[in-house]
Amino acid sequence: MKVEQISIFIENKSGRLAEITRILGESGINIRALSLADTSDFGILRLIVNDVETANKVLKEKGFTVNKTEVVAVEVPDRPGGLGAILQTLDSEQINVEYMYAFVERCGGNAVIIFRFDEVDKAINALKANNFSVLAGERLYSM
Amino acid sequence: MYFNEEFETLPRPALEALQLKRLQAVVERVYANVPFYKASFDRSGLKPADVRSLDDLQRFPFTTKQDMRDSYPYGLFAAPLDEVVRIHASSGTTGKPTVVGYTHKDIDTWSDLMARSFVAAGAHRGDIIHNAYGYGLFTGGLGAHYGAERLGASVIPISGGNTKRQIMIMQDFGSTILTCTPSYSLFMAEEARAEGIDFKKLKLRVGIFGAEPWSEAMRGEIEEKLNLAAIDIYGLSEIMGPGVAIECIEAKNGLHIWEDHFIPEIIDPETGRRLPQGERGELVITTITKQGIPLIRYRTRDITSISYEPCVCGRTHARISRMSGRSDDMLIIRGVNVFPSQIESILVGIEGVEPHYLLIVDRKDNLDTLEVHVEVDERLFSDEIKVLQLLAKRIEKEIKDVLGVTCTAKLVEPKTIQRSEGKAKRVIDNRKL
Repeated sequence: MKVEQISIFIENKSGRLAEITRILGESGINIRALSLADTSDFGILRLIVNDVETANKVLKEKGFTVNKTEVVAVEVPDRPGGLGAILQTLDSEQINVEYMYAFVERCGGNAVIIFRFDEVDKAINALKANNFSVLAGERLYSM
Repeated sequence: MYFNEEFETLPRPALEALQLKRLQAVVERVYANVPFYKASFDRSGLKPADVRSLDDLQRFPFTTKQDMRDSYPYGLFAAPLDEVVRIHASSGTTGKPTVVGYTHKDIDTWSDLMARSFVAAGAHRGDIIHNAYGYGLFTGGLGAHYGAERLGASVIPISGGNTKRQIMIMQDFGSTILTCTPSYSLFMAEEARAEGIDFKKLKLRVGIFGAEPWSEAMRGEIEEKLNLAAIDIYGLSEIMGPGVAIECIEAKNGLHIWEDHFIPEIIDPETGRRLPQGERGELVITTITKQGIPLIRYRTRDITSISYEPCVCGRTHARISRMSGRSDDMLIIRGVNVFPSQIESILVGIEGVEPHYLLIVDRKDNLDTLEVHVEVDERLFSDEIKVLQLLAKRIEKEIKDVLGVTCTAKLVEPKTIQRSEGKAKRVIDNRKL
C-alpha cells in the first residue's frame, strides 16, 4: 500500500526545473503529482510518476541526485473537513507528518493526499483501521 | 622620531657586524639545545663554526611550518620550559596549532620592537592606543599591548568585536591611535556612519593595520573614511608576532624590518635560491636574538621583495614591500590563517560528504566572507529539507569549531564543482586586494 516517490535535489538556479521536466518528457514519463520545497539555496522536487524506475534512471544519467522514498497516498472526499478527519486520526495515534501535498483527481469527486511519514507501516495501519482509503501505488501511477 | 635611535639608525657596516655576531651565537645555541637543528645541520654537514660571514647563512637548511608541526608542541624550544613565561599559537592544518614560547627576554625584545614600530608609525607617549586586535593565543592583541605600554602610551585593551561599544569608547576616551585589521577598520567606519557618527570628528590620527593582506587602494579608502594615516605592519607568530616590520609614517613606502633582530632573505620559492634586491619572492627570516624558539631560515610563505635603499626617515633597516600573496595556498580570512586542506579534512570527517568542495572568499561590507560549496550526492541527499539544512549547519559549525572562522555552507548539485586532471581549483578569492 506504499507509493514510491522520487525526490531530486536542485540548486536554486534558473532552468533546472525545466531541464528535469524536459528529460522526463523525452523519456515518456508522465508526472502524476509533484511538490517543490525550496529554501534560499536549494530545492527538493518530489514527484509521483507513472514509471519510477525509468525516471530514476534517466535523471541519474543526467547527473542529478535522486532518491526514492515510500510515501502514502490517501483518498479524501473532496469536501470541507475531509483532510481534517485524517489529520485528527494521525494525531490521536501520535503519528508525525514529515510533509504532505495534495492533488485533486481529474474525474472523481475525491482528492488524493500524499503523506511522508517516518513510521510508514504504523501510519497505514492506523489509516486503514479508521476506514480511510489508502491507495496502492499501481493505482496512482496509472491514474 | 625614533624609539631607539642608536639601533634604528645604525650604519649598515655596524648593523651587519652585529647581525653576524648574533647569528653565530644563535646557530651555536640551537645546535646545542635543539635536537632538530643538530640533526638538520649534521645532515647538511654543517657546524656552527661554518658561519664566518653573513653569506654563509645561505648554506643552512630552511625551517618550515611543517617542521614546527612535527615538533608540536615544544620540540623546537631552545629554552627550558621553566624559563618560558608566555606561550602563543597560530592555527595549524591538522587542527594542531603552531606553538611558540617566549622567555622574559623575548617579551622584553618584542615590547621594544613593537614600541619602535609604534614610534615609526607616528605614535608617542601620551597617545591613547585603541587596541582592537584580538587578545588570546593570537599574538596581535598582547603584542601591540606590551609595545604600547613600553612606549608609555595609554592602551585600551578592547580586543575585537562589539563594534558599537568600540565606537563609543573611541569617542568618549579620545583614542588617537587605532590598531586592528584593515578590514575591521572599514567595518567600524561603516557602522559609525549607520549610527550617524562622523569618524572625522574622532581624535584618531594614525591607524596601524596588519594581520591580513591589503592594498594601496584600500589604504586610500581607509584614510579617507577614517581620517587618519594608515600604516602597514607585518609580523607572524612563528617569528615573534606583530612588529617584525612596519612602514614609517615619513615614507609609507615599504616596511622596515628590524634587522638587528631578524635577518631577512628573499628566495625563489621553487628553487630555494636567494634572489637579488628588488626581485619578488618568498620572505625567509632568521631570528638572531630570540631565546624561547629561535628559527633558522624560516620560510614565511609570504611573497614580497626587499630594498636596502636609504629611507627618508633615516632608519638604516631594509624595507620589504607590501605582501603580495603566498607561495602556498593559505588564505587569510578575517585575520585567521586558513588552509584549504584544513577544510577538506573537516569535510571528509563528516560521513557521506564528498571531498569535492569549493571555497569562495569575498569581501562584503569590508568583512571577509567564506562560502563553502559542498556537492550533495545520494548518500547525503534526503527528501526532507530539514535534514539538508542540518547538514549545512553541521558543516558550518565544525569549521567554526576547528578553525574559528564563520562560513556559509552551500549545498550544490553533484559534478558542478570543477574536476581537473592536475590540481583542482579549490579556492575562488574574489577579494580585490
